[in-house]
Amino acid sequence: MSIATVTAGDTVRLATGRSRDRNVGSIVFLCALWFSLFFGVMVLVVLIVDTAISGASRFDADLLTSYDSTLFPERTGFRAGILGSLWLMLFTALMAVPLGIAAAVYLEEFANSQRWYNRLIEVNLQNLAAVPAIVYGLLAVAVMATLGFQRKGIVLGGAIALALLILPVIIITTREAVRAVPREIRDGSLALGATTWQTTWRQTLPSAIPGIATGTILGLSRAIGEAAPLVMLGLAGSLRFDPEGLMSPITALPIQIYGLTSSSQEAYKEAASAAIIVLLVMILGLNALAIYIRNKFQRSW
Amino acid sequence: MSTNVSAGAGSSFGAGLPGAPVNLKGRSRPGESVIKAVLFVSAMLSVVITFGIIAALIQPVIEFFADIAPSEFFSFDESSPFSVGPLIAATMMSTAIALLVAVPLGLGAAMYLSEYASARARKVLKPTVELLAGVPSVVYGFFAVMFVTPTLLKGFLALEISFLNVLSAGLVLGVMIIPTIASLAEDALTAVPQALRQGSLAMGANRMQTTLRVVLPAALSGVAAAIVLGLSRAIGETMIVTIAAGSMKNLSWDPREGMQTMTGFMASTAGGENPVGSTSYNNLFAVGLTLFVITLVINIISIALVRRFRQAY
Repeated sequence: MSIATVTAGDTVRLATGRSRDRNVGSIVFLCALWFSLFFGVMVLVVLIVDTAISGASRFDADLLTSYDSTLFPERTGFRAGILGSLWLMLFTALMAVPLGIAAAVYLEEFANSQRWYNRLIEVNLQNLAAVPAIVYGLLAVAVMATLGFQRKGIVLGGAIALALLILPVIIITTREAVRAVPREIRDGSLALGATTWQTTWRQTLPSAIPGIATGTILGLSRAIGEAAPLVMLGLAGSLRFDPEGLMSPITALPIQIYGLTSSSQEAYKEAASAAIIVLLVMILGLNALAIYIRNKFQRSW
Repeated sequence: MSTNVSAGAGSSFGAGLPGAPVNLKGRSRPGESVIKAVLFVSAMLSVVITFGIIAALIQPVIEFFADIAPSEFFSFDESSPFSVGPLIAATMMSTAIALLVAVPLGLGAAMYLSEYASARARKVLKPTVELLAGVPSVVYGFFAVMFVTPTLLKGFLALEISFLNVLSAGLVLGVMIIPTIASLAEDALTAVPQALRQGSLAMGANRMQTTLRVVLPAALSGVAAAIVLGLSRAIGETMIVTIAAGSMKNLSWDPREGMQTMTGFMASTAGGENPVGSTSYNNLFAVGLTLFVITLVINIISIALVRRFRQAY
């Protein structure tokens, strides 16, 4: 279509260019864009449906409450893995969240970005966020060796690895939340005679809590599904007892699933499919919670 | 600029108040410098972690190279248990397949979100795409072995393919990095000033021409950074390739065969019985250091690209 055919009525909609979208090329292009947008969702649906069907026979109480069983593969359960994942999440959060928030607050409220050491921290954080998870596993192995723990696969090691892994995620999202708090709130507090720290603690941080919570939950949902660093730390694929303390051996749901992927017995494959649905429910639940918090509590100033 | 700021805790303004005309901090409180020190130490921890990674990797690697010549480690000899060449080749193969999937689909999703979707649609669609990133890689690996290879590739497409193969691992890996590329590319596309679009539309271009010939070139360095970050994710991803790509060193051009990648090698070595300090155990760290250096270089490229695209406007 040439410009001459554009009528006065169309010129109002010029801002979108939609009126000129009606030739074959741009319709094909739009369909391609639609396809790429929904391809991922399609895969996700196929994944969930296919896994749920193959695990359908195993959605029973044994799945959640039994330990894994070599004698009765059709009654094997993931109690140790589910409890282990929850324990690992708890200790990961205890280590990573306070550290991450403190680092983010320093970088946003106190750091002078002209200083070389603050710039070093900045660049370094961007790098850490993209370091492969498996390398954090190697680091945690070294940390455990330095601390003098010879036993493999204990709660402490797993929590250290996962905390190191999600620390950059928490720092980056917390910084964004803190940065979104308007300058006026800080200025008002400072004008009343509060110090920078008083302003941060009493005004900035409370205003940023929804954003921080969202980032923390997303970080934890990443930690709960991660298996690579835990494989490095030698977490056992099967345990028949609950975790009891920081030094107790532990397994995790992703590790148990990983252990079953190479199994040739049909009953174990069904159990793994059912366990995957349990893991996905946990993770998608956390994601939904994060989105809910973001939508419900997000303020626009 | 930095010469204006004198040293000491009490005098410099925080990032929240750059260039404020008067010192609003009032009287100094000794407790606050302690708090500030604690916060600074937390932030420095990230630097400590990086040096920790390097230190943790270096020592076993030195021991490793005392036993094995670097020429053997960096060779492409499949029969050598210590060579890294076949592992790198397999990693590149799976990454290339992943990018073939993720770059067009991720960019397509990004272009739709930034150029076509209404603000309300974007609010729903963006988190939906990002859900893909929330699925654990163990689950993707299981999906590759249980569905993609037997049902899709063998059954539906009737390919002659081995049970464990790089093709299905790469395809699923690609799906996993779609949100990484889509999300970052969308940021870059959205950052293109509205005036450029309006100019293009005023010249009589339609939305497709505007998107492909004006917005995409203008956001190119940001889009490139998104792709590079996706690449680095694909190289470092472990569980999918460990489960689905196979555990045999195999130097081949055929993606239908099973191959062992760098991360797959690390996961299976760590899971196996290798006494600490043995050469095969130290080999793990040598491969880990190689992987770390490769991803580090890629990340530096990505950060440089992002910096360039931020400065463009």
